[in-house]
Amino acid sequence: MKRAGSMSVRKKVNNVLVHILLSVLGLIWVLPIFFAVLTSLRAEGGSSKSYIWPKGFTLDNYKNVLSGQGSLNFPRWFMNTLIVAVVSCLLSAFFVLCVSYVMSRLRFKMRKKFLNIALILGMFPGFMAMIAIYYIVKGLGFLEAGPMKLVALVIVYSGGAGLGFYIAKGFFDTIPRTIDEAAYIDGATKWDVFRKITVPLSKPIIVYTLLTAFMGPWVDYIFAKVILGNDRNYYTVAIGLWTMLEKEFIEYYYTQFFAGCIIISIPIAALFLFTQRFYVESVSGAVKG
Amino acid sequence: MFGKRKKKADDFAGNVGFCVAFKKGDIYTRLSALVWGLNNLRNRQIIKGILLLLLETAFIVFMVRFGAGAIGDMMTLGTVEQTEEYNEALGIYEYRAGDDSMLCLLYGVITIFVILAAVLLVGVSVRSAYLVQQRKEQGRHIPTFTEELRSLKHEKLHNLLLFLPVTGIVCFTIIPLVFMILIAFTSYDRNHQPPGNLFDWVGLSNFREIFSFGGKLAGTFWPVLGWTLTWAVLATVTTYILGIILALIINRRGTKWKPFWRFLFVMSIAVPQFVSLLTMRTIFNTNGPANIILRELGIIGATGAVPFFTDPTLAKVTIILINIWIGVPYTLLTMTGILQNIPEDLYEAARVDGANTSVMFFKITLPYMLFVTTPNLITQFTGNINNFNVIYLLSGGGPDSLNYYYAGKTDLLVTWLYKLTITNKDYNLGAVIGIFVFVILATLSLLTYRRTSSYKDEEAFQ
Repeated sequence: MKRAGSMSVRKKVNNVLVHILLSVLGLIWVLPIFFAVLTSLRAEGGSSKSYIWPKGFTLDNYKNVLSGQGSLNFPRWFMNTLIVAVVSCLLSAFFVLCVSYVMSRLRFKMRKKFLNIALILGMFPGFMAMIAIYYIVKGLGFLEAGPMKLVALVIVYSGGAGLGFYIAKGFFDTIPRTIDEAAYIDGATKWDVFRKITVPLSKPIIVYTLLTAFMGPWVDYIFAKVILGNDRNYYTVAIGLWTMLEKEFIEYYYTQFFAGCIIISIPIAALFLFTQRFYVESVSGAVKG
Repeated sequence: MFGKRKKKADDFAGNVGFCVAFKKGDIYTRLSALVWGLNNLRNRQIIKGILLLLLETAFIVFMVRFGAGAIGDMMTLGTVEQTEEYNEALGIYEYRAGDDSMLCLLYGVITIFVILAAVLLVGVSVRSAYLVQQRKEQGRHIPTFTEELRSLKHEKLHNLLLFLPVTGIVCFTIIPLVFMILIAFTSYDRNHQPPGNLFDWVGLSNFREIFSFGGKLAGTFWPVLGWTLTWAVLATVTTYILGIILALIINRRGTKWKPFWRFLFVMSIAVPQFVSLLTMRTIFNTNGPANIILRELGIIGATGAVPFFTDPTLAKVTIILINIWIGVPYTLLTMTGILQNIPEDLYEAARVDGANTSVMFFKITLPYMLFVTTPNLITQFTGNINNFNVIYLLSGGGPDSLNYYYAGKTDLLVTWLYKLTITNKDYNLGAVIGIFVFVILATLSLLTYRRTSSYKDEEAFQ
């Protein structure tokens, strides 16, 4: 009995220590974000200040950045990015799911070869291909008109997406095959199994795939910069905000830059809250062998 | 739930190789290599035959009108240089367009891929012809077009599902890569920019310049390579291990408010990476908050500043620490999902057998996590070798070094590659670096990946 008692004391001390550790770490992880929020609310403009806590607070930075007045049109960038992100995340998720299901479940002649080729291809630095992609897309006539540049971006983001199937394949590998076999006995085709059994069981990984693909256009700097060039009307948010930090804009736009950052973080953060819940609830319950 | 599917011993599997089909095939099967779909047309597979025939016509038209010339141009990379001519009527100098070496090369590569596709289609045609022939000889039913389409849903599902993704990969990954690889063997640098100038094939001289010891290029390449590898190992290991530890701490039974903690850490992912990177850069700037706090605390003088990004060694440390901040939540996110996906009955069985927590961790949790995350780990390592964003947005590769050829002390091979191509237009040097990065990564990860259990024994947990 005594031993059990000391165990529970040790457990309590452990718990307290763990929570203190988590609080400290949590603080470290939150502070930079807090700084961004703080600066976005700062009333005084300008980039470098000798203090952290703003002298005055205002929402004008948000108003100004959302109004899209002046030479930098943030709302327009936002819509551009949203369109590109939605289309390319649907396409990529579709590609990834197809390929990962095939690689996990179907056995055919070229399978091992395909796996190795995919692994190798994934190792080339992305923008080694970028310049060539730029010329191909240009050759196809995509870069003549502005809106077509966005189409070109979608192609660039989702064209080779099928190669990123490893994580989803790892997930499919953990779904017991007995379920598939039971369905085959009932006369289902492999297509039926894919559509009616695997996909519904794989919500977590589908969401994960969608999410990663959706984030791509929001965070990508380099492809967007190369494809979109200097046409500010068709910028995505990432290069647009980057422009705000350029020498000619930084003094005026510094606080608006942070306001813009906060604004685009909101939809993505909302999505994340959703997936968080999704992960906690569904992943554990996906398949129980 | 499902429509009854007719069970057939060998459906339209088509598991015969091209050689077998060609050797064993009759005259019509063999002729199908020349006239695609011939045998299908003869045996009332009209639609399939016509489709194949149409593809062949398209291919021939393409080759005659465009392809043959493109291949020729690729050999020479253009012969006519852009010239300036005096136009007497207008009294000005005019440019007369010459050949564009870049486009010559690009069209050549595309033509080669079209030819490869045609070769594939020859195989398809002959194999399908042979199958029809076999079925006819054995007096069996020759599948109609609808039946063949239906087979895509079962026996050939992989063809259906892979078609679009693979097309995308070929067009937007493989062709560009081949193109860039070829550029490594040309003189496409800042002095040979089309359309003004032609560039030409130069063999291996770019490789010699970069890899030979001595010379400014080689003197940049080796140190940058060293830092790239150090960075990739440190960045991957720190985020993976710290991420797993954090996930386990949060998931352990005694921890309260699990969703809250997860939310706290995952919040930094919700912020787009370039935002957090740029914020971090501002924070560690000479006049950024980090230095301000240090000044307020009296650790450094009132005007002093810790050179977070300007001192070579400190810049490296700062970048790795910031990368931990960026990377750990990602590991946490993946690990949480995987931790919760471990089948509960494994633990139940272990508990029945009297296993304690640590045994369960080492015998169930850890093997399972490694099993599922090895591919993830490799992807992360390669991702870090190619981690453009973190380096470029934080330090921009700086502090610059005069001993380097357009590179800074924290430049990775990729950011150097970026500077070489985008800033300096030395495409050929960039391509050599790209090929080199690829060769290291390909060897490394094929070796490690082939050894892992998730490759050898894919069905361990199925």
